[in-house]
Amino acid sequence: MRGEIRFLLDGAPRHLSQVDPTMTVLDYLRQVEGLVGTKEGCNEGDCGACTVVVARPQNGALRYEAVNACIQFVGTLDGCQLLTVEHLAKNGSLHPVQQALVDCHASQCGFCTPGFVMSLFAMTRHHEETPDEATIDDVLAGNLCRCTGYAPIVRAAKQTYEMGPRDDGFARGEAATLQSLAALDDGETVAVDDAQGARHFYAPSNADDLAELYERYPEATLTAGSTDVGLWVTKEMRRPETVIYLGKVAELNRIEETEDAVEIGAGVSYSEAMAVIAKHYPDMGEVIRRIGSVQIRNAGTIGGNVANGSPIGDSPPLLIAAGATLHLRKGAGRRSLPIEEFFLAYGKQDREAGEFVEGITLPLPEEATQFRAYKISKRFDQDISALLGAYSLRIEGGQVVSARIAYGGLAAIPKRAASAEAALIGAAWNETTVERAMTALEQDFSPITDWRASAGYRMQVAKNLLQRCFIETTDHTSATRLVGAGALDLGGAI
Amino acid sequence: MSEAMITGGVHRPQRHDSGHKHVSGTAAYIDDLPEPQGLLHVYLGISSVAHARIRDMNLDAVRAAEGVVLVLTAEDIPGVNDVSPTHRHDEPILAEELVEYAGQAIFAVAAKTRDQARRAAQLAEIDYEPLEPVLDFAEARQRGVMVTDPMTLSRGDAAKALAEAPRRIKGQMEIGGQDHFYLEGQIALSIPGEDDEVTVISSTQHPTEIQGMVAGALNVPANAVTTEVRRMGGAFGGKETQGNLFAVVTALVAKKTGRAAKIRPDRDDDMIITGKRHDFLVDYEAGFDEEGRIQAVEMTYAGRCGWSSDLSGPVTDRALFHADNCYYLPNAHLVSEPLKTNTVSNTAFRGFGGPQGMVGGERLIEEIAFATGKDPLEIRKLNLYGAGGRDVTPYHQRVEDNIAPEIIEKLEASSDYWARRAAIRDFNETSRVIKRGLALTPVKFGISFTLTAYNQAGALVHIYRDGSVHLNHGGTEMGQGLYTKVAQVVAQEFQVDIERVRITATTTGKVPNTSATAASSGSDINGMAALSACRAIKARLTDFARDKWEVPEDQIEFLPGEVRVGNQKIAFAEFIEAAYQARVSLSSTGFYKTPKIHWDRAAGRGRPFYYFAYGASVSEVAVDTLTGEYRVERVDILHDVGDSLNPAIDLGQIEGGFVQGMGWLTTEELWWDKEGRLRTHAPSTYKIPACGDRPRVFNVDILQGHRNREETIYRSKAVGEPPLMLAISVLHAISDAIASLADHRLCPRLDAPATPERVLATIERLRREAAATKGRAA
Repeated sequence: MRGEIRFLLDGAPRHLSQVDPTMTVLDYLRQVEGLVGTKEGCNEGDCGACTVVVARPQNGALRYEAVNACIQFVGTLDGCQLLTVEHLAKNGSLHPVQQALVDCHASQCGFCTPGFVMSLFAMTRHHEETPDEATIDDVLAGNLCRCTGYAPIVRAAKQTYEMGPRDDGFARGEAATLQSLAALDDGETVAVDDAQGARHFYAPSNADDLAELYERYPEATLTAGSTDVGLWVTKEMRRPETVIYLGKVAELNRIEETEDAVEIGAGVSYSEAMAVIAKHYPDMGEVIRRIGSVQIRNAGTIGGNVANGSPIGDSPPLLIAAGATLHLRKGAGRRSLPIEEFFLAYGKQDREAGEFVEGITLPLPEEATQFRAYKISKRFDQDISALLGAYSLRIEGGQVVSARIAYGGLAAIPKRAASAEAALIGAAWNETTVERAMTALEQDFSPITDWRASAGYRMQVAKNLLQRCFIETTDHTSATRLVGAGALDLGGAI
Repeated sequence: MSEAMITGGVHRPQRHDSGHKHVSGTAAYIDDLPEPQGLLHVYLGISSVAHARIRDMNLDAVRAAEGVVLVLTAEDIPGVNDVSPTHRHDEPILAEELVEYAGQAIFAVAAKTRDQARRAAQLAEIDYEPLEPVLDFAEARQRGVMVTDPMTLSRGDAAKALAEAPRRIKGQMEIGGQDHFYLEGQIALSIPGEDDEVTVISSTQHPTEIQGMVAGALNVPANAVTTEVRRMGGAFGGKETQGNLFAVVTALVAKKTGRAAKIRPDRDDDMIITGKRHDFLVDYEAGFDEEGRIQAVEMTYAGRCGWSSDLSGPVTDRALFHADNCYYLPNAHLVSEPLKTNTVSNTAFRGFGGPQGMVGGERLIEEIAFATGKDPLEIRKLNLYGAGGRDVTPYHQRVEDNIAPEIIEKLEASSDYWARRAAIRDFNETSRVIKRGLALTPVKFGISFTLTAYNQAGALVHIYRDGSVHLNHGGTEMGQGLYTKVAQVVAQEFQVDIERVRITATTTGKVPNTSATAASSGSDINGMAALSACRAIKARLTDFARDKWEVPEDQIEFLPGEVRVGNQKIAFAEFIEAAYQARVSLSSTGFYKTPKIHWDRAAGRGRPFYYFAYGASVSEVAVDTLTGEYRVERVDILHDVGDSLNPAIDLGQIEGGFVQGMGWLTTEELWWDKEGRLRTHAPSTYKIPACGDRPRVFNVDILQGHRNREETIYRSKAVGEPPLMLAISVLHAISDAIASLADHRLCPRLDAPATPERVLATIERLRREAAATKGRAA
């Protein structure tokens, strides 16, 4: 075990042998390093003013990822390079992304600007050529600007590419950075206490260490992306005594495609999972694209989204409809269960003390299976769903052979629509059947009213989404979507 | 003629003075300043209930908490326990016996770290005796308590004209509020000085008011308090009065302890504590002829003001001032109802009631269009202010600068309105799920504070011996580019490069008795004040040159970087040094007051506005009729800024204002629970537009060739607020898409915010109404 957290702040090594396990990267930067360029806007990973870039070694290169410093814990930086807005300008000249923002009049009050700078910097690492506007919208979905209306920022994002943004000191120094990081990270499990020795941070490097630690500290808070746990700390002001970070557990950070399934480790981020899943389930990919923002998806995991059991998590209904299997481990013992059986009641999952989610098996869709998923929220990007419907239907010869339908946001847990499924199975896939299934949804769910939507809207839309699914699978001429692949495109018409 | 030109003169797209600092993280906001030694961090303890009497309050645990140095309650305030900006004494800094909204400050705790203060604030035990809260319009109307005097605007005989009108419509519209969501939250830092002095660094649009509130609470004269602000991370009206509470508590702690004190509420607390844009309930009735020409209008604008008056009087007044928008109302009777509720005290927000007034007025137009079966654009054009006596507003000011007809005509052509109207009808005929909509709405916005005294400004300009210029004025920088624009004026006047003009933080110590940077007035009044300071110095310099070089005054000219005196040209710095040697004062204040304006509120008559700013927009949307979701596909804007001081900055105000207005009318929904607690108090629950929400096609043009007919600063026009109202076309475009479901026979009466849920509910209601009317027809 290693008793310190090691990372690079730009080029400078940092060795922290005492650290508050829930000190955020943002507080660390502003209070410890005196780097105040990174701003706190919301303290919950939504506004992006605190966006920093974390570069981590992956397959012999650096993977640059924008993340929200306000909800990332310092310990998660172990083995990485941390870059902030202060690090981009070199030798007195602004980085191309910075210069483009200035030239395009893309800052007004300027408070959100450092976050935009970092998101755009990360964009230049991921996109060789000027991205299209939809991609830029995605890149910037996690950065709120209240002044500009975004138009000049998008102009700057494009103009950056006229200034050779990729040929910079970071690209040229990548080999050296990799070398420095290799020297810092010995692959050991990390264990660090706070100054009083009262609170602890662990970053196990392998699943056995994790299993052992979690058996020893079953009260510990497990965290991967801390996109939820971060808020327990910043908003609810909880102070967990022991935090175990999953991001360094090698076995949990794998995503593999087998002949008939995708095996998703519990520590795999949405960003890493998205492309693989989208290949097999385009609609699942589209929903994942709309979960949080780039910053959130770079940190958050499907495993965490399941483990946390929220009734409004977007992954569970997708996985339930697709018939995924959940794998749990406790100590040396392992068990697997159909994922819907994991959700018992509000805030209660089928998980014992010391037991953790190891991974998920997502079976590949069978031929003739129609998979559709729709996320409904007030705003398309970076919004928590009012409801989400996922539909896996096998239709043969105009008959519904099998149906797995799951909704989020309609009950205390993500749940299958048993009555609606029953109304469909064996029936002809036509309007009458769909209407019957729509009515049956009233047997399956009694949603609540809250700030995201009223009960009435939730139920109405739950039904209408089934209809959308019907139209999409039977009428290929009608546009049914406003965003994502297959959306209405008026490009030429307007 | 010299070929040379200065950098950063007026009418040029000079970049924001802090642009390079914004992008490199070196622009310092208050929380970024080095912390003074011994700094204390303050946090507020707030009410968890909407209306109650405080029976008992036990703060022992707060006092005993780790790091706590001081706990303040109302009785610890040496001066006046009030931060009411209109001095109605209805807004205690810290609650005494009564709490009137969930979020009201009850006590303040100061600790060594912010985390300690924040944790300690949660430890209070407060025993509330619950009182019935008044939360919504119905309850508030029933209770009938107003936070301030209502206003009536009346012209002609509306009741009689309504009764005699051939056609009539009547209805009601809900218009939601809006959180400012400035990215930098409220923050203040007070540093105690000698004797009774204190310096307050505050994120405020109104340094003089902060100074006054702090002086009042501390019971010291205003000259003991200096307020400073270099820049805000956004404000939008949310820092016109809402900073008072935060600034005052830090000053109280600083003077009690002799240590500097800072407060920075967490985002959620900021949103729970501070006021927002007023929501309104508008009752309307209009009479018109068969053509759709308005003959009479009666409207009541009820504003949900919250627990205290704050600025609700002038906000609800401004709603009435904009009910007419660009339209002539021959007989009008407009009444405001500034209702008291047990919710957060609503406040200034870009447009200041004007947007709500205009949204109500535009609903009338839409209703008339559906009643007459015409395209709303035809009804709009039919009712525009015009010649032949059709130029008097309901407040009896003549519209002398009307360019709305020309703007509409140009935009109608450039946006290809009618061809697209036809194409959209065709699309909607065949599209099963998605329906498209189109709308053009104009804007006429009155420029000037309706409180006449606020229409004044001061500036202070120094030239140092090396020819560098120091600029200070009473306006504040919140991102709108005011500092840049005023520096352009100074550069232009002295004909020096803008880089030679040092922009300095606003401080009450340099320019006193400032007005709030609000009402879009910033560059109009501060630009003019700076101009007057420059001209005073130039007059002295001219006198000096005339006497020294014995040339007539008309032979003295400020050229780029130099001064021509007769046949010789002297570099500016050299010229200034010569003036210094001759003992010429190189420093001057400047002052400006807006001419021509006057307003008699009781009579509802006068000229409250110096001039009007105009604009128009066309929005096209696509609506998903299964879910109520929508997208803004294309927006075309033509907007009037007179002869722009800075077209780049003005373009930014137009684009940004539009998107902010669009957010207000679409996804931004404030949601209170039954107990009166705001539940959308963070960006996770309160949804302002994201990058992907901006219009897919966004054509924004500044109207050319129309300098301000009034003598404003370089004939420019104010631009801060008016563009926000361009977004009304988005609401109407969504409504238009919905209307297609009933063959454009019925007015959808789409209220705001048009969240997907509200859009779907409107769709369902319209379908039911359409079925019912069809049934009747059959």
